[in-house]
Amino acid sequence: MNYTQQVLTHLRKDLRLEWRTKDSINGMLFFALLVVVVLAMAFDPASYPTMTRQISGGLLWVALLFAAMTALNQSWARETSNNVLDAHRLSAAPASALFVGKALANFLFVTAVEVVLAPIFTVFYNLQPLGQTWKLLIILPLGTWALVVNGTFFAALSLRSRNRETLLPLVLLPISMPALLAMIQATTAVLTGEFEPTLWIKVLVAYVIVFTTACVLLFQTILSAD
Amino acid sequence: MTRRFAQSNEELKSSMVTNIRKSSGTMPKWAQAWFILTLLVMAYGFYAAMAAPREATMGNLYRVFFYHLPHTILSFVFPYLNCGASFLYLFWRNRNVERAAAADAFALAAAEVTVLYATIGLATGMLWGRAAWGIWWAWDARMTTYLLLWLLYVSYLLVRRLSASGQTAVVSAVLAIFAAIDVPICFMSIRWWRTQHPSAVFGGGSNSGIDPSMVPAVLWNMVAWAMWGAFLIGMRYAIERRHQRQSNAHALGFLGDETGNNLQEIR
Repeated sequence: MNYTQQVLTHLRKDLRLEWRTKDSINGMLFFALLVVVVLAMAFDPASYPTMTRQISGGLLWVALLFAAMTALNQSWARETSNNVLDAHRLSAAPASALFVGKALANFLFVTAVEVVLAPIFTVFYNLQPLGQTWKLLIILPLGTWALVVNGTFFAALSLRSRNRETLLPLVLLPISMPALLAMIQATTAVLTGEFEPTLWIKVLVAYVIVFTTACVLLFQTILSAD
Repeated sequence: MTRRFAQSNEELKSSMVTNIRKSSGTMPKWAQAWFILTLLVMAYGFYAAMAAPREATMGNLYRVFFYHLPHTILSFVFPYLNCGASFLYLFWRNRNVERAAAADAFALAAAEVTVLYATIGLATGMLWGRAAWGIWWAWDARMTTYLLLWLLYVSYLLVRRLSASGQTAVVSAVLAIFAAIDVPICFMSIRWWRTQHPSAVFGGGSNSGIDPSMVPAVLWNMVAWAMWGAFLIGMRYAIERRHQRQSNAHALGFLGDETGNNLQEIR
């Protein structure tokens, strides 16, 4: 079995688990929807189209970030029952294959949520993007991967801590701040059409490359932490 | 450590007791000398800061700058000490337990002093902002980057506190590396952010250079606070090492009656 096959095996396992329960996606979807509704109470999206365009990028990512966090906390908890994690440690497969598989699975879950959420967002907030909308097809996957790769890593890091649910956002948010800034700015650029998102896409690409490398290299250390 | 395992239990016990005794003394002479020297340099730095000429627009209020600058610059240096120590920890973790523990203690000390210096930097920066621009906080590039640095290392300390006791060192070492990678990315991206949307409050004020007559005061205070930072890290490191030895001894159950008194003394 080569590395790609190992990653795909892990990915298949995670997808199958999710397919049987559909816990993560349903939870995330409903949570994101709730955030969208709650944020609509903070301002009036329908009456101020310009302001809505300016802040919708930020709101969309905040909703996705919070939603993803609820699912990321659960993604490793699945592995702890029946000591599956110990079995992973004993396995001959490299630890990073496990990590990449799980990160890819989480990426697919959050992307599924985005596919449903984006039209809802557009309708509820009465959004008419003024920039080149196709660029969102680059920005959304990049931003999602930036959130999910670090999120999956830090969820594993806080797995055996005293209060896992609290620890993940405390670690993930400060580290993700540059990525959040870049994805919000790029999305805002597309929605308002006032400036070019190119610079921010480059920042996102750099962030994704740097942190994916760091995660893959350090995951073995985290898995065998004690 | 492997050599130690070869010794008998009795030998190990007595060596641990001597270790704890040894570490329960006061500061070594050179550390005391360093402390006094630091205070002297600090005093001279204070004199230089107060004797420097009044600034044209801000008057005496600008003098907080002599404290703001060293603290901010140094709080970008200490994170890399923390990162280096964390790398060493990960390297020694399975090779030399004693050195790994020392590296971990140093990483903790550096992170704590980073947070302390960054807090002072933020506070003095806000005082300056209030005096210079009339507001406590502006979301300009430097301030935002700096706030993120502070947040990163506060989260590092929180993780140390919240993580499961057996893996605190590994988890925090990995986090320290991530944080150190994040600092330059933050720095660059926020600079681009703010040059793209120029902030309304001020433009390039803090980058306009200083008068040559103020340079000695800046340098003396730089040296003073660097020495003070080194002293704090050293102290914190020594305390943490002592703490580690104590908890090791506790864990091994070697603290019988004869060391019980000693333990009280250490506390």
